[in-house]
Amino acid sequence: MKKRTSSSVCILLLLFMAEILTGCGSSTTGVNGQVIVYNWGEYVDPETLDMFEEETGIKVIYDEFETNESMYPKVESGAVAYDIACPSDYMISRMIQNDMLSEINYDNIPNAKTNIGAQYYEQSKGFDPENKYSIPYCWGTVGILYNRTMVDEPITSWAQLWDEKYADNILMQDSVRDAFMVAEKLNGFSMNTLDTDELHTAMKSLIEQKPLVQAYVVDQVRDKMIGEEAAIGVIYSGEAIYTQQENPNLVYVIPEEGTNVWIDSWVILKNAPNKENAEKFINFMCRSDIALMNFEYITYSTPNTAARELIEDDAIRNSEIAFPDLSKYDHLETFVYLGEDGDALYNELWKEVKAY
Amino acid sequence: MTSKNKWLSAPYALWSIVFIIIPLGMILYYGLTDKNGAFTLENIIAITTAGHAKALRLSLLLSFVSTLICFLLAYPLAMILANTKVNTHQFIILIFILPMWMNFLLRTLAWQTLLEKNGVINSVLTFLNLPNLKIINTPAAIVLGMVYNFLPFMILPLYNALAKIDKNVIDAAHDLGAGSIYTFIHIILPLSVPGIISGITMVFVPALTTFVISALLGGSKLLLIGDVIEQEFTRTSNWHLGSGLSIVLMIFIIINMIASAIFDKDGEGSML
Repeated sequence: MKKRTSSSVCILLLLFMAEILTGCGSSTTGVNGQVIVYNWGEYVDPETLDMFEEETGIKVIYDEFETNESMYPKVESGAVAYDIACPSDYMISRMIQNDMLSEINYDNIPNAKTNIGAQYYEQSKGFDPENKYSIPYCWGTVGILYNRTMVDEPITSWAQLWDEKYADNILMQDSVRDAFMVAEKLNGFSMNTLDTDELHTAMKSLIEQKPLVQAYVVDQVRDKMIGEEAAIGVIYSGEAIYTQQENPNLVYVIPEEGTNVWIDSWVILKNAPNKENAEKFINFMCRSDIALMNFEYITYSTPNTAARELIEDDAIRNSEIAFPDLSKYDHLETFVYLGEDGDALYNELWKEVKAY
Repeated sequence: MTSKNKWLSAPYALWSIVFIIIPLGMILYYGLTDKNGAFTLENIIAITTAGHAKALRLSLLLSFVSTLICFLLAYPLAMILANTKVNTHQFIILIFILPMWMNFLLRTLAWQTLLEKNGVINSVLTFLNLPNLKIINTPAAIVLGMVYNFLPFMILPLYNALAKIDKNVIDAAHDLGAGSIYTFIHIILPLSVPGIISGITMVFVPALTTFVISALLGGSKLLLIGDVIEQEFTRTSNWHLGSGLSIVLMIFIIINMIASAIFDKDGEGSML
């Protein structure tokens, strides 16, 4: 769900230059037109984009976002008419509810049916009940990454993120749903709860934890954990393999209280100006060799079973981190869209935590 | 300017209408309406809620401290510069402006790398067996980031005001028996007030509104009013509340501007 390298800099630059940047770049269209893709930062192997352009003659205009919450207003405002986006589960259901997505014609995207595992479509039904709007691209869990040389005991539970001996050694996610998920699971609540008492309890837990937290981060958790800035960090499973390659002391666990199982999926936007090219692009991304390239580049679990079979390294193909057997874990959930009022309530409480 | 040359101002007039007046109008519109477009003052009154008020207080405090530190660092330097030979001071000014050629975000990010627990500074300190520096993710780091980034904006107007002081005035003061401290307090300081006011504005306003510095050096643990506004726009997508809070912030900036207009009637404290 997240990205590689410290490209948060680029995102910040974008905050300033978004208007300027979005105006340019489209001056050179390919012989067969263009396709405008809005994806997570560092969420694709750039080489696959070149290959797509070469094979199809369609110019790819590629734009990146950092969180679902920052992606949504940009698509909604229509400042840039994107063709394709890659939001997460709960954001997809919000976009479906607000009639922002166009139905997918699977006849034009044959690879989606043949290569993507049926279980991932089944899982998608939580937010896209008839699989009409989204094609899974990446999936994973949220868990704890810890440095075994910096802790005294194995970390197995969210509760250890409230342990005072790890003060100033904990990195939390700086996004409202992920942060609340941790506190809700800690207290045994559903991570989609709208019960005010439960939410206030979760908020109090987060406030209680705040003095122990070193920083609230999004992408930087990866570099900080590799650089041993902190002992424990909340992280997306897709980053685990990469960080372990960089620093073998790091261990990824799915906490016993349960966690978030998420899917990021391709969607075609309702007002997409290049719908046909968008279908071609998604079909290309679902090709097993391309999905494999992307998996090896971004190390986020791929739902592309055909691509998984192509992975040469047994250890990675059967990795418990990349491809966990979800039936072994309890209390797993997927985010659902909470509605405008629900979102507002979460944001309000999160602001109280941050301002405390 | 003669009336003939008035058309010369057309490009700037157009620029300011499109990029200043219209956006300001939009902020006023969003800030004073609710989701249904009905008039409301709620977005402005929202500043009084505990979280927002605390963020505003913290922003005011940190930008005040940063401005003060900038002033204390910049004034002696500006005095030295004003008294050195032209070639020397141009070189020194260049050294101070040089970092500004690099992007502000990259410089702030560099401070993060420098200040981190296992960062460059602490590695050196550990190597020398000295105690480590623990200021990353604290208000001190944010103040440091503000001072570092905004110091040139304090130096330049101060230098400009001090360089304009006629040396004969100071000589006259000495001739009449004033000591150097007396001359400084009664002659130099009052004559440099336009530069002081201009410098304070140039530092205080960006420090009050920043959100990048607090995110990068404060670990997102300290919420400044700039962070609140940024999040209302980019994450919560509540443009109405974001605009309402921006209006409140603008009031503080306007107060600062009025103060500087009163003290700096002739525009003497301009940048260079």
